[in-house]
Amino acid sequence: MSIGSTVLKLATAAFGVAAVAFIMAEPGGHIDIPQQKWSFDGFFGSYDRTDLRHGFQVYSEVCSGCHSMNLESYRNLEDIGFSPDEVAAIAAKVQVQNEDPNDQGEMFERPGKASDHFKAPFPNEQAARAANNGALPPDMSLLAKSRAGKGFGAYNGADYIYALMHGYGEPPADLKLNAGMNYNKYFKGHQIGMPQPLQDNSVTFADGTPATLDEEAKSIATFLTWVSESNLEQRKHTGLKAMLFLVAFTLLAYAAKRKVWKHVH
Amino acid sequence: MADQAHAAPESGSAGGTRREFLYLMTASAGAFGVASVVWPFISSLNPSKDVLALASTEYDFGAVQPGEGVTIKWQGKPLFIRRRTPEEIAKAKEADPTVDPKDPTKVIANPAGLRDPQTDAARVQKAEWLVVVGVCTHLGCTPQGEKSSEMRGEFGGYYCPCHGSQYDTSGRIRKGPAPLNLAVPPYTFTSDTKVKVG
Amino acid sequence: MSKHFNNPVIRWIDHRLPVFSYLDHEANEYPTPKNLNYWWNFGSLAGFMLIAMIATGLFLAMQYTPHVSMAFNSVERIMRDVNYGWLLRYLHMNGASMFFIVVYIHIFRGLYFGSYKAPRELLWQIGVLILLLMMATAFMGYVLPWGQMSFWGATVITNLFSAIPVFGGKIVTLLWGGFSVDNPTLNRFFALHFLLPFVILGVVILHIIALHRFGSNNPIGIDTKGKQDTIPFHPYYTTKDVFGLGIFLLFYAFWVFYFPNALGDPDNYIPANPLSTPEHIVPEWYFLPFYAILRSIPNKLAGVLAMGAAIVVLFFLPWLDRSPVRSGTFRPVFKWFFWMLVFDCAMLMFIGKNPPDWFWQPLAFHVTPSEELVAAAGVPDADALGSVTFAGGTLGIQILKLGQLATLYYFAYFLIILPLLSIFETPKRLPLSISEPVLKGGGHAVAHANSKPMEKA
Repeated sequence: MSIGSTVLKLATAAFGVAAVAFIMAEPGGHIDIPQQKWSFDGFFGSYDRTDLRHGFQVYSEVCSGCHSMNLESYRNLEDIGFSPDEVAAIAAKVQVQNEDPNDQGEMFERPGKASDHFKAPFPNEQAARAANNGALPPDMSLLAKSRAGKGFGAYNGADYIYALMHGYGEPPADLKLNAGMNYNKYFKGHQIGMPQPLQDNSVTFADGTPATLDEEAKSIATFLTWVSESNLEQRKHTGLKAMLFLVAFTLLAYAAKRKVWKHVH
Repeated sequence: MADQAHAAPESGSAGGTRREFLYLMTASAGAFGVASVVWPFISSLNPSKDVLALASTEYDFGAVQPGEGVTIKWQGKPLFIRRRTPEEIAKAKEADPTVDPKDPTKVIANPAGLRDPQTDAARVQKAEWLVVVGVCTHLGCTPQGEKSSEMRGEFGGYYCPCHGSQYDTSGRIRKGPAPLNLAVPPYTFTSDTKVKVG
Repeated sequence: MSKHFNNPVIRWIDHRLPVFSYLDHEANEYPTPKNLNYWWNFGSLAGFMLIAMIATGLFLAMQYTPHVSMAFNSVERIMRDVNYGWLLRYLHMNGASMFFIVVYIHIFRGLYFGSYKAPRELLWQIGVLILLLMMATAFMGYVLPWGQMSFWGATVITNLFSAIPVFGGKIVTLLWGGFSVDNPTLNRFFALHFLLPFVILGVVILHIIALHRFGSNNPIGIDTKGKQDTIPFHPYYTTKDVFGLGIFLLFYAFWVFYFPNALGDPDNYIPANPLSTPEHIVPEWYFLPFYAILRSIPNKLAGVLAMGAAIVVLFFLPWLDRSPVRSGTFRPVFKWFFWMLVFDCAMLMFIGKNPPDWFWQPLAFHVTPSEELVAAAGVPDADALGSVTFAGGTLGIQILKLGQLATLYYFAYFLIILPLLSIFETPKRLPLSISEPVLKGGGHAVAHANSKPMEKA
């Protein structure tokens, strides 16, 4: 969480309210997405590598069945902690279509390389919709960035994804679900095409961490944020250097200005 | 020079040097700031990560016959992989210069008159396989000679049609305007039939 | 005017192409009023931002592909694979917001201190032209990433031209190069977005030439009377501008490095889909006041004309405000209306942000209890306490009406209030000059703001 949103929170807490929101009369009313504490929050945040590895496991074993991640390459996984050989092995597990045809002019498949993009589960949008009741599972490359709340201090994409994973349940009595839809407390309109993807022990983490729904949700939210925003750590690190330099430079410039102007005031 | 009241700051002695130091510090900090901003711009022009990821290529040469070669694309350039016959290997070794065994880059004698003296052994890892970049070191055309049906020149290696440079079976320049031998890229054999270049 | 340089190379060049003498006169010894306050820093900050946007934009253009099938992915490639690409992109993206913040403050400075009055009318109008060019550039630039907001924002705004009677439809087709916003539109927007900043650069040079004709205005609006009122631009205002730049860069860096997406719209991280309209189409924050004016008038053509008039009215400002007193410092009634205008523009920005059907809602609040209240109440969680919605029936005001009021005030300020104030306002006593204090006691005539200004030396 940021300083700005902390100040805002303190101010509203002083009034005994958690949030004051200007709303429009939406069906289902205004949805509050609760904000969590993330390892990558704040001026010095970074990605927890364990969460990233767990999240990658959740993605490969559960999400990748329906969701593509077209803008991410296998080589990016080195950032999570895999060695180049492990990355090559992960890539080689899938068969991808070669860029050029063979000498007979036919397209053929070959094992994946580290430089390849993540293989999509469906060849095109129509196939994806056909397999999912007409709904298109969104690509996950930028999902976390696109589902953030708007404005300074709003919830981020990880908060949304984490909430969504926890939001499944029985619909309230006054809501009639359309055919093929599922109730989710945090989804706009409360009817979502995706059935609940994660439960306790949907995956078994290699390091033995108990795979509760909460842990799975936390790790997939972290992983998807990393996929959207892999520059985060370099950005905050460079930001620190830039801010320190600018503070020093501005102080020097101020001193120089005062010195020059001493006799005019 | 404008002679205005309240114009230039006063020049004292100790106050003056402190003031000069302050201005110098500020200006230097500013220059450092500008340099650190300029660097990311220039760095963005260097090969990006996706380009670097394609810097190496792996090739399966199991189907290549002795005396034949294939041309593959490596880093956007043609790469020659030739399977040499024993005669071609022998011819290459015949023209070898004599080098100092302690320091192979030092040439003692060069009877064949090689413009760019190198032993054949220094240019191949397995004698049967010649791997060179197919870019003529004169002005960059692609030499012919990979297929036995193409012109190979007097020395049985490669022939560049642009200005007549001729290379031998080790890819060394023997005749014509090119100054250097065909470049040997970094490569490793990952199996009996596969080579990884770059 | 010829200054003797010591360096013989410089003397040789300067004799044939007097750049060095020119720069020395315009930026070094140039006499500037000595009482300029920090509101005068924003012009140089705007110039800095123009250069910054051109530099970052140029290097982004080296990696971007302006084709509908590749534009979105090429931007993502910049973010992920190009060395420091994320920095270039975030600098450019947030730089646009910074540029507008700086320019809006620069404009409000002009409005308050009467910088648009004689003899600086043309200087002001060149400035309004720069604003128009900036808005066109920013609009086209936002289309380039080809996200949902890029596409739909382009669709909505280009569709506005269909409001023009008779030729409207044909004009829109010409703009699009097709039957909807598509690849021809993207390609031409890229070409124009690359071109316009250099046009802006040229107009900025005209802006500075016009400025140097009579010199800068100053906080009390009294013209400089002689050397006792001025100081050379260097080193006084160069050092002050460098310090101001440092503060500004801290602000800029804060957004770029820590909140790079807070000023933007998350929907633009979804690739453009012509078959699916996002729920709320919202322009970037710097267009929101104009968007609010557009939507507050139910008639399509009238709305478009009102939006255009909001900027065109600025061109006529020097003739609408005929008060002989330049600076708001000495105009007590004007001051109130000015700050009302500032508040009004903020209100318009808030209104522009919200969805159209929201306009028809009564002003409503939704309140959820805080952790402190939950703890005090002794219940397990906030849900047990519930949340409260105050429907606006009790407040009785529609957002649409609020927007219309705000639009009305905006135009009234320029078209009614300022002309009336010119006639009826009694200004405070003006000082004789910048250097001399205001005369105490009565008897002496008050100096007029527009007495003959000091000519260019």
